[in-house]
Amino acid sequence: MRNDKEDALSQSLRNLHPVRSAATQRPSRRTVLQNIGIAGLSLAVSPAFADEMVKLPFASGPRERPITHAFPQKGDMILQRVRPPLLETPLDVFDRGVFTPNDQFYVRWHWAEIPNSVDVNAFRLAVRGHVDRTLSLSITDILRDLPRVELAAVNQCSGNSRGFFSPRVPGAQWANGAMGNAKWAGVRLKDVLDRAGVKAGAVQVRFKGLDEPVVPEAPTFRKSLAIDHARDGEVMIAYAMNGEQLPLLNGFPLRLIVPGWYSTYWIKMLSDIEVLDKPDDNYWMTVAYTIPDTPHASIAPGQSGVKMVPINRMVPRSFFTNITDGASFTAGTRVPLRGIAFGGDTGVAKVEFSSDGGKSWQPARLGDDFGKYGFRQWQTDVALADKGDHALMVRCTNSAGEVQPDTPNWNGSGFMRNVIETVQVKAV
Amino acid sequence: MLKGLAAIGCFGTALLCSTPAWVQDLPVIKSTTVELPAGDALFPGGSSAEAINNNCLACHSPDMVLNQPPLPKAAWEAVVHKMINVYKAPIGEADVPAIVSYLVKTKGKD
Repeated sequence: MRNDKEDALSQSLRNLHPVRSAATQRPSRRTVLQNIGIAGLSLAVSPAFADEMVKLPFASGPRERPITHAFPQKGDMILQRVRPPLLETPLDVFDRGVFTPNDQFYVRWHWAEIPNSVDVNAFRLAVRGHVDRTLSLSITDILRDLPRVELAAVNQCSGNSRGFFSPRVPGAQWANGAMGNAKWAGVRLKDVLDRAGVKAGAVQVRFKGLDEPVVPEAPTFRKSLAIDHARDGEVMIAYAMNGEQLPLLNGFPLRLIVPGWYSTYWIKMLSDIEVLDKPDDNYWMTVAYTIPDTPHASIAPGQSGVKMVPINRMVPRSFFTNITDGASFTAGTRVPLRGIAFGGDTGVAKVEFSSDGGKSWQPARLGDDFGKYGFRQWQTDVALADKGDHALMVRCTNSAGEVQPDTPNWNGSGFMRNVIETVQVKAV
Repeated sequence: MLKGLAAIGCFGTALLCSTPAWVQDLPVIKSTTVELPAGDALFPGGSSAEAINNNCLACHSPDMVLNQPPLPKAAWEAVVHKMINVYKAPIGEADVPAIVSYLVKTKGKD
């Protein structure tokens, strides 16, 4: 009986007929729904994604996640969800350098209809709406006709570190690995908009990628930027990441880069740019990805009636990358400590380190500066004279003078965590 | 040499600068086809998971749900209704109590 049902499932999966559009392939929604119906009746079990498990240091469970290498163009990743993929970068990756390798760069999709094939010759980027000329740009048009720009920038999920919220909140239960830093190469959004000719009265620019909801009536994922932001000369359309084309799961072939802002705006598989003459009222701007309009986007659990605004710029953060909770040192011996920091929407002014639980702070040495929006490595060394438990802390101050707070923020979506990080170690 | 200098100019001083086409060759962007894992696992629990398996797996695999911290019943009800009302999940009203009940039993707290 069980075998019969499994056979039916695998047969139906084999029979999936991808719908071909000009540039992309994806299984049709109806086929997916039909097959899931069959899967729902079967006794299929979870495929073995990995033998190895990782324990995320949350206050409560579940803490265990598989380490997976089952995803295309991806190495070992922490598996948060198979479909649509949520893949977290393991912490030790950040210890190896300030640029996060493409094959371990985190992955986050909202909707499950993700094209698994993109034909570069057929792909077109539309620029339309409140413009003088509607454009349909090929990859070649973009590569050949527009000035190439490069920029190092951190891409961080709004909900990075959500699993550390107390009380816990629903959503992807990320530890600190829903972030990465890459050298992005592409063209300025401004140059693309200028080609189309933005008409007077434009207020926002809306972006959409090739991903679609399984249920057609569901709100497609679209995000908007104010027209002045879109034309600031820094927002760009990337076709390369760390010197290579983007992995499909990171947004191949084109991704919007919004330096200093949370990743929700960094639309993957960017295919549609729409200049708007009135504010975007779509769900993903007005309801989802909104934060309390309060300091640190923080409210008391249960507090209501707070004005909400779209999430926007990032805030400073810093991390230890060569030690974790429970590390043990020989008392009195100097040990190296290092990590990464970023300033949010501006550069890192300083990184400080405390070995007495935050009573006193010493400056850490900063590594090379690859640009104000990227990761910056920091390092120092410490000798813990007294045997016993010690709280090591690190904090970043950005070049606007904004420093990480010493108490965690809280909001119902688990957004914008940037409290000073603490690692509990022991001197023996 | 010129290429090296241009790169230093780019990353050493300016945040964003264009590099003339004669300095850097255009990158090659190649068509890409991948295979994504099916993510066709079921919620565990046999018959108690029937409603959640029949209604929820079209749009997402079970793992992220099972990774959630324990949440109060009201929070799980809110999640299920968000799936229906906002994300237009085709969930029959009659199945809602069984789905919430499964979530509370599996991932619930007072």
